[in-house]
Amino acid sequence: MDRQTLNVFIAVGLFLALASLVGQILKWKKGATPVIDNLNARINAWWVMVAILGVAFFFGKAGVLVLFYLLSFFALREFITLTQTRMGDYPALVAAFYCVLPFQYFLIYIEWYGLFSIFIPVYVFLLMPFLASIGGDTTRFLERTAKVQWGLMICVFSISHVPALLTLNIAGYEGRNLLLIAYLVLVVQSSDVLQYIWGKLFGKTKVAPNLSPSKTLEGLIGGVASATLLGGVLFWMTPFSFFQALGFAFVICLMGFIGGLVMSAIKRDRGVKDWGHMIEGHGGMLDRLDSVCFAAPVFFHLVRFNFT
Amino acid sequence: MSRVSDYSWRGAFVARLIIGFAAAVTGARALWVGCAPDPKPRVYFANHNSHGDFVLLWSSLPAHMRGSTRPVAGADYWGKAGVRSFLINKVFRGVLIDRAPKADGPNPIEQMGAVLDGGESLILFPEGTRNLEDGLLPFKSGLFHLATRCPDVELVPVWIDNLKRVMPKGRTLPLPLLCTLTFGTPLQLQEGETKADFLARSREALLALTPEEA
Repeated sequence: MDRQTLNVFIAVGLFLALASLVGQILKWKKGATPVIDNLNARINAWWVMVAILGVAFFFGKAGVLVLFYLLSFFALREFITLTQTRMGDYPALVAAFYCVLPFQYFLIYIEWYGLFSIFIPVYVFLLMPFLASIGGDTTRFLERTAKVQWGLMICVFSISHVPALLTLNIAGYEGRNLLLIAYLVLVVQSSDVLQYIWGKLFGKTKVAPNLSPSKTLEGLIGGVASATLLGGVLFWMTPFSFFQALGFAFVICLMGFIGGLVMSAIKRDRGVKDWGHMIEGHGGMLDRLDSVCFAAPVFFHLVRFNFT
Repeated sequence: MSRVSDYSWRGAFVARLIIGFAAAVTGARALWVGCAPDPKPRVYFANHNSHGDFVLLWSSLPAHMRGSTRPVAGADYWGKAGVRSFLINKVFRGVLIDRAPKADGPNPIEQMGAVLDGGESLILFPEGTRNLEDGLLPFKSGLFHLATRCPDVELVPVWIDNLKRVMPKGRTLPLPLLCTLTFGTPLQLQEGETKADFLARSREALLALTPEEA
């Protein structure tokens, strides 16, 4: 880990220490209400998540690939658990977990852009329905194959675009691509956190009451604006200028918001509040990664198109 | 409190491996909805879809209850010497019963009753065999006879969800999907309740724990 990456982690650590302090003061002043308990659980989970990210960064490319492989796995397992499949989907699901997922990350490891960017959208898209048809079960066939493909696109294809940032060759930025990952994760997640804080402090107008009752217009505007500004100020981590960084951060925040909304719609349809229970206070892995899923591929391609 | 005297270190080691494996593959979560995890003698009765059922139920119990909770298993399958015998005797400490008891053989109800009398709990699958369809098969009468033999023991329904998808029939490679176990409200045999009524009521209590389909 180089000096700059270390500085980023120290800054995040200081911020989390401040958050923990505020959380404890709130608990001391207002007592243990459900909202404050959940806030403290979230902050504690953040310590763990940042620590895990730190360990992965310490091991460089291999560490980051292994980490995101596992995140994809946990996300896919939550997604498939919540979607209804039938016995006849067994071959397709075995292929998804034991073949497609490892192969996608292998392609990123060998940095084969030409294949990892189309493997799931083209080849898997065409082969999966074949695997699902082998059993001869045609009940809700299109629906079932669509669900498995969707799960793979969101949980494997999209999430794998975060470590794929390591494959970009950006002139004058050699050997520093880990920072680009830190930048993306930092902007997406701080956008989520800031939307939460702005919403809790000033939120009145619900922006999508049917999809996500906790999202408010005030939280959305305040959160996206402040996270975009943060992304601009962090331009020194990236190959971008200040104004370019502002633009990228804005796109990241917007995609993150869209991701949160879409993934909420799926949860509502399935009648659950959270994707899972892995992360104390946050819900499941996909509850934490929904915004990353939507932001990562777009960020990857914008950077690739403009800077390589 | 748990009776682990005939627990060898090898059995304990294999038990830890199996618990770890089950937790990793299925991400199993135990939801104690209708009662608390209490190490008093109880009969946990559950739906039976897969060979992994009792392993998952057993490993999802808190550690202090595992040593004194014993699965009831068919002697015809588990009694064979070798790995199976080691697993059922040394790891799970199962209660082996004859599924078609002979007149001169041990009485299964007495065998199970003796375990409950001794302060330990049982895991029982009242459908009697693996159900490969949705829902539940009609219950065999064993649960009723056991409730008559031990009227003070609590019978706890446990719905095991999703294991059928993790290990479908005839497949060897498990899918790593998430499973939940819902522990319902304990029930007991009521005064003057007939066999048919009791079996229907306990079956309903178990079915009531199934998650609602959207």
